[in-house]
Amino acid sequence: MTLKLRELSLKPDLFGTGHGLCAGCAESVSVRQILAALENPPIVALATGCLEVSTTRFPDTTWKVPVIHSAFENSATTISGVEAAYKALVRKGRMEERPLTFVVFAGDGATYDIGFQWLSGALERGHKFIYICLNNEGYMNTGIQRSSATLLGAWTTTTPTGDVRPGKPEWHKDMTKIIAAHGIPYVAQAASHNWKDLMTKVRKAEQADGPSFINVLTPCDRGWRFEPDQTMEVSKLMVESGLWPLYEVVEGSWKMTGARQKRRPVIDALLSQRRFSHITKNADDKVIATIQAKVDEEWDALQALCKMSANQ
Amino acid sequence: MSEQPLWQKIQPGGIAINPGSTERVRTGDWRTEVPVVDFDRCTHCMICWVDCPDASFEVANAKLVAVDLNHCKGCGICAQICPVKCIEMVPDSAADRDESVNENGVT
Repeated sequence: MTLKLRELSLKPDLFGTGHGLCAGCAESVSVRQILAALENPPIVALATGCLEVSTTRFPDTTWKVPVIHSAFENSATTISGVEAAYKALVRKGRMEERPLTFVVFAGDGATYDIGFQWLSGALERGHKFIYICLNNEGYMNTGIQRSSATLLGAWTTTTPTGDVRPGKPEWHKDMTKIIAAHGIPYVAQAASHNWKDLMTKVRKAEQADGPSFINVLTPCDRGWRFEPDQTMEVSKLMVESGLWPLYEVVEGSWKMTGARQKRRPVIDALLSQRRFSHITKNADDKVIATIQAKVDEEWDALQALCKMSANQ
Repeated sequence: MSEQPLWQKIQPGGIAINPGSTERVRTGDWRTEVPVVDFDRCTHCMICWVDCPDASFEVANAKLVAVDLNHCKGCGICAQICPVKCIEMVPDSAADRDESVNENGVT
């Protein structure tokens, strides 16, 4: 089925209004797009994070689909239980079989750090669900602390900048590759500015026979220090500079997605975010060179994987 | 939210039973700038609708018809991404405010 915005706009919005996410937040943009792209009715599990605390203020909820939240780390386990319970009830004849999609929305803290072991277990057990990581590169909900998704050199409240340390000293974890190593049917990396790419990936994940994982870059205007209207532009610069390449891994076959163009230097993306202002004020800063070198290295490795998959 | 319900009236297990009920929270009060759409130039491409964090573009029969000012937080993403640049952010005036909204932003 083709993706046409005018057709999609005829469907009722499954994610409502009045939530407490910041003005210009990319998470609600991506959540609305993902729910609009799904063809079956979804059941959602939430991990603790920005999205969960600002959309489920008791006694209210922003969601118009069934949502379950239990704790920070175990959203993958929760959805495993929901999926297993549904299958058991159908098997025992206590519930009619119907098309359903099980979806998890978790932040990068819940995915990269706190819920990693739970997610890995759920993927290994092979439950059929879509895990969406809304990656804003930090613990933004509690006040901008570093996570293992935060970029090298970025300012956060736990990686202050000064003479001794230039922001976060470590390179971030490549979670998408780690998940791809689980050998699950569908893994992808998407970004919030490219709705078509994201929605296409959600449709493919829904069709996959087994667990699927989509890592969505959702720029945070408060944590990354940019103006709220620049959200889509920053997301685009992150992709175009190679800091967040868009790709998918279908049954172990790697493929780049999105528009092909010449890669921009990383400085373009870093300049758009004031969390890097301490390193971008000097264009010769060695941290910028380190980031560029590492991005080049990872880009080449990714291209090699795609080339190898294309020749198979 | 002005009147707290007694515990006997609360759903067991903290279950929220009204889908989409945050609609009663008027997040439009956060706004300092308001998007004004020039409908003569609008091509109804729906890119503002799909990229709006607050679902504030009202559509009917695949056409953009209005902006939901009760919930638009005035982030300005729409004005930036509009391909024909028919959305302009202008300073919001208090005259547009809904007087029935209390200090918690709830009607």
